[in-house]
Amino acid sequence: MITSDKIVDFDVLEIRKDFPILNTKANGKPLVYFDNGATSQKPLEVINAIDRYYKTENANVHRGVYFLSQLATDLYDGSRQKITNFIKAEDTNTVLFTSGTTESINLVAQTWGRKNLSEGDELLISGMEHHSNIVPWQMICEEKGAIVKVIPLNDDGSLNMEVFEERLSSKTKMVAVAHISNTLGVVNPIERIIELSHAVEAKVLIDGAQAVPHIPVDVQSLDCDFYAFSGHKMFAPTGIGVLYGKRELLEEMPPYKGGGDMIDRVSFEKTTYAELPFKFEAGTPNIAGVIGMGAAIDYLNKFDWKDIIEYEDELLRYVTEELLKIEGLRIYGTTDQKIPVVSFLVDDIHPYDIGTLLDQLGIAVRTGHHCTQPLMDRYCIPGTVRASLSFYNTKEEIDVFINALNKILKMLR
Amino acid sequence: MTLKEREEEIVDEFSLFSDWMEKYEYIIDLGKEAPPINAQYKTDDYLIRGCQSQVWLHAWKEDDKVHFEADSDAFITKGIVALLVRVLDGLSPEEILNTDLNFIDEIGLKDHLSPTRANGLVSMVKQMKLYAIGLQHKTEI
Repeated sequence: MITSDKIVDFDVLEIRKDFPILNTKANGKPLVYFDNGATSQKPLEVINAIDRYYKTENANVHRGVYFLSQLATDLYDGSRQKITNFIKAEDTNTVLFTSGTTESINLVAQTWGRKNLSEGDELLISGMEHHSNIVPWQMICEEKGAIVKVIPLNDDGSLNMEVFEERLSSKTKMVAVAHISNTLGVVNPIERIIELSHAVEAKVLIDGAQAVPHIPVDVQSLDCDFYAFSGHKMFAPTGIGVLYGKRELLEEMPPYKGGGDMIDRVSFEKTTYAELPFKFEAGTPNIAGVIGMGAAIDYLNKFDWKDIIEYEDELLRYVTEELLKIEGLRIYGTTDQKIPVVSFLVDDIHPYDIGTLLDQLGIAVRTGHHCTQPLMDRYCIPGTVRASLSFYNTKEEIDVFINALNKILKMLR
Repeated sequence: MTLKEREEEIVDEFSLFSDWMEKYEYIIDLGKEAPPINAQYKTDDYLIRGCQSQVWLHAWKEDDKVHFEADSDAFITKGIVALLVRVLDGLSPEEILNTDLNFIDEIGLKDHLSPTRANGLVSMVKQMKLYAIGLQHKTEI
């Protein structure tokens, strides 16, 4: 296990030792885990942090005057500081804990949206969005009489920026786009999107769920208004996520849920709300999840992002090259700005058949529409097979995957 | 052939295979060989929800017996539904309603295709039984 606090050399075999699940078997075969886009595996540091919390540190936070509560509170607040540093936010008050990206987006739709959207206003999303960056907006827009417009995609999976500029107008109040597509792995030009959107005074929410495990994020230099992401895709536990928001926006937004910890003073006549970030965090939070997320960030901070990106680029290049050797195989998402995600189909073979047989050989990939049905409609396909890799995957695993795929295709053709 | 004999025949066929890849190979072959559904029934009205692949199922009654035809865009799913059709086609509605389809368990299909998986095995069986209920007093639904 990597334990030192300084930056360590990138050695994938050493890294794999930190993730116990990678040594398990699936259907009697060594596990090849290529479904990192759905959720990542957890390093021992995260698993141990949660274990330690429940064994020796568990108490409710922001409540007790006693030792254990103060200890839990320090760990909890410490995690918020780590996350603040991780995304280079102004201060901890701009970093809200949620249950995940989905809740983060719903929070913005239900609070910022409820306050700021009115009839005839427009909201722009992209054609590659995950359902969780579509449906919350449709819900609030339907209620407010606002209109959801779409930025279409080019064939290679990049956003059609010309149409984006045409559809962007003074009516546009919010632009909500993925930093990186969960289905295609394509990185969007969010810097440009944010700049253009701000020029018409639209706010911008970035769905960063797929970005945070793969590239460094600096919310202040991006100048985005909101940035949403989940812990579980970046080596932290499930059930914990983050919403970053600019302070002035968060201050204006009404609370989302009522309960304990989000109040200043409660009487039956009138309740006043707590300051940021607690205004949005009603009830006992997911303390173990928050502490686990802090541990995941400590783990990531041991590496130089440059090493991770270089290694993942190499995995992407290799898996893409090997896949394209297979006759009849088509990759969706072919821009030169990608994370190691490959979505593909072979001839007219159903992705379900490929995924089911890969599973028999110990290989975990995702099949289906990946919660992006409009994107599937764009390409007129029912779904794809998606292999999404992480920095603990290896070229040897890619070889196992390609051999398995060739074997399976013989059965299916 | 009775329902029991049909199930036994399938169990015998599957007993020849030593591992799951062989079983799947067989299911895929069944899927490839099964005839397509009559084009007029390959519509949303005959689609079974709850499957990752699309499954179309049509049933009708002739001489008090229920007949099925089914199709899918995935070979494995089509092979599985073909097995169900092979067992249940030509039985009375009551026979269809009363069977537990034990062969699914016996060939080990249940472990690999449990209800929580996205294959829709449970949805297929449920839909076939719903057809049987509907066809108790009608000839076409």
